[in-house]
Amino acid sequence: MSIITALEHVVDREHVYPFLVPKQAPTLDVSHKVLLYLEGISVSFDGFKAINDLNLYINDGELRCIIGPNGAGKTTMMDIITGKTRPDCGSAWFGQTIDLLAMDEPAIAQAGIGRKFQKPTVFEELSVWENLELAMADDRDVWSIFNARLNSEQSSMLLETIELIGLQENAKMPAGRLSHGQKQWLEIGMLLMQKPRLLLVDEPVAGMTHQEMDRTAELLISLAGRHSVVVVEHDMDFVRNLAGDDRTVTVLHQGSVLSEGRMSKVQQDPKVVEVYLGE
Amino acid sequence: MGLLNILKNDRGGQIMLGVLLVITILVPLLNLLVPESNPLHVPTYTVTLMGKYLTLALLAVAVDLVWGYLGILTLGHGAFFALGGYAMGMYLMRQIGDRGVYGNPELPDFMVFLNWQELPWFWQGFDQFWFAAIMIMLVPGVLAFVFGWLAFRSRVSGVYLSIITQAMTYALMLAFYRNEMGFGGNNGLTDFKDLLGFSLQEDSTRITLFVLSAVALAAGYLLCRHIMNSRLGRVCIAVRDSESRARFMGYRVENVKLWIFVISAMLAGIAGALYVPQVGIINPNEFSPINSIEIVVWVAVGGRATLYGAVIGALLINYAKTYFTAELPEIWLFALGGIFVLVTLLLPKGVTGFIDKLQQRKEAQA
Repeated sequence: MSIITALEHVVDREHVYPFLVPKQAPTLDVSHKVLLYLEGISVSFDGFKAINDLNLYINDGELRCIIGPNGAGKTTMMDIITGKTRPDCGSAWFGQTIDLLAMDEPAIAQAGIGRKFQKPTVFEELSVWENLELAMADDRDVWSIFNARLNSEQSSMLLETIELIGLQENAKMPAGRLSHGQKQWLEIGMLLMQKPRLLLVDEPVAGMTHQEMDRTAELLISLAGRHSVVVVEHDMDFVRNLAGDDRTVTVLHQGSVLSEGRMSKVQQDPKVVEVYLGE
Repeated sequence: MGLLNILKNDRGGQIMLGVLLVITILVPLLNLLVPESNPLHVPTYTVTLMGKYLTLALLAVAVDLVWGYLGILTLGHGAFFALGGYAMGMYLMRQIGDRGVYGNPELPDFMVFLNWQELPWFWQGFDQFWFAAIMIMLVPGVLAFVFGWLAFRSRVSGVYLSIITQAMTYALMLAFYRNEMGFGGNNGLTDFKDLLGFSLQEDSTRITLFVLSAVALAAGYLLCRHIMNSRLGRVCIAVRDSESRARFMGYRVENVKLWIFVISAMLAGIAGALYVPQVGIINPNEFSPINSIEIVVWVAVGGRATLYGAVIGALLINYAKTYFTAELPEIWLFALGGIFVLVTLLLPKGVTGFIDKLQQRKEAQA
């Protein structure tokens, strides 16, 4: 009997097998105003819990600062969002429809999450212009890359970005010959060319002068709104400057959220004081 | 016009292809028009030798494409070269027909010797040149595709990848040594008579093969340069210098590697196919791991990631090899090892890098 039903099943022309349904990348849906959902995420390396039941929500267009002492799991959190590390449990969604845990790094990058690393990683042998060109949002399959030509819209976007990051004089210089601060800027420029919906910025002002720090803060604030920006930073002055008094700050500690709210409120939170001052 | 565009910012390539063009025109003329008594006469033996070098130069260009620009240190490219060579060899064997020692119109001699009654299925079709020509590119290409698909998808890279490429060529060598494989065992395929009806012993055929080798080298060079001029070339450099960064930028690194690897393997196959009729034999020794390592040495000596450096390296080392193995055969391997050590220590960017440096110094002084 069961064989017959199984046969009927096979012959049934209405039936569509799941593997036959073409996979479509779901479009980003932020109708609930939340862009990134991290829920119940834990990950451990050799028994050490780097992330422990982390819950974090980033709103669309928000600028969020994340602070935390060393080993709080900031970088691991970014690794999970960008697909480099798989969590042991929990879920990560980009908007309501895109499941980040089912995707690898290139797919996540193409879905609209850009990442700036702690150490500036630019392609040292390529020129500043070429670095920006490679980062530019465009088709990424091999044949399209091979045939890619800059159209006028793309070149003007490149020109705009290179002016924004103040490297127009160095356009043809190999990126390896830039100063440390210039590399940081180039990397921010590359992120912008990717046109991401969510920007993850890991310690953007490490090794910058005060002037450069102010300029970076200005730039990041101007980006919020069009993009959501998550900034992970050690430098408290910079965070204070960036968060002002109307943005949310999240404090991570031992892989989970310790405190969240306005900067002034977070600073007075006894738990935060304890962790930071080590009472 | 399009060709000139490809070479626009490539002075080394312009010079290299210019010299190649002159040689390709001059050598056949010096062979055919200058009488043998004249010191300027180029004997046919030398023409064939030069043709052989040119195919090896094409092989070096193929290796430079993946090693120089993508950072994949392949130590198995000799396998693709040999497979292309075997495909050509099978066609040449079928061309012998009933002129073999045993006079069997269908079966090559070694099959008659092994008492085989009929042609194995994988020898079918090789009596047609067009079929062999497709297989010359298809077989190395498919092997590279399968190998690359498995290796790059599981993100095998660096020294591990080098080791498995060595293992691949070694395994193929052992397989081809077996008589049961149906490729002539350790004797390989030899005793070729003619190619498309032209006798391989004729001077004119040999000169044509030399010219074809030069044309293939130029075309292969231009193809590689064209790829490297495109955005794909810049993505390759990005992958070489920081693979994970390229991934976070949204590039499917494994696909980029895969397709460049396949193109490189096909070029190696073409080089092998032109090599075999000029040396007159293909046997499993061509698969030996040491051969593949030698190719990498050519590229290192010439200078990585320049393409023309690979050509220069291949020609230099092979000329040296011919000279040493004739004059001082017992020290050749020491000489090769010595060259590699010296180049690595003194000329980390190879001969071309050294010339560039000299030029920069001159310009700085001026």
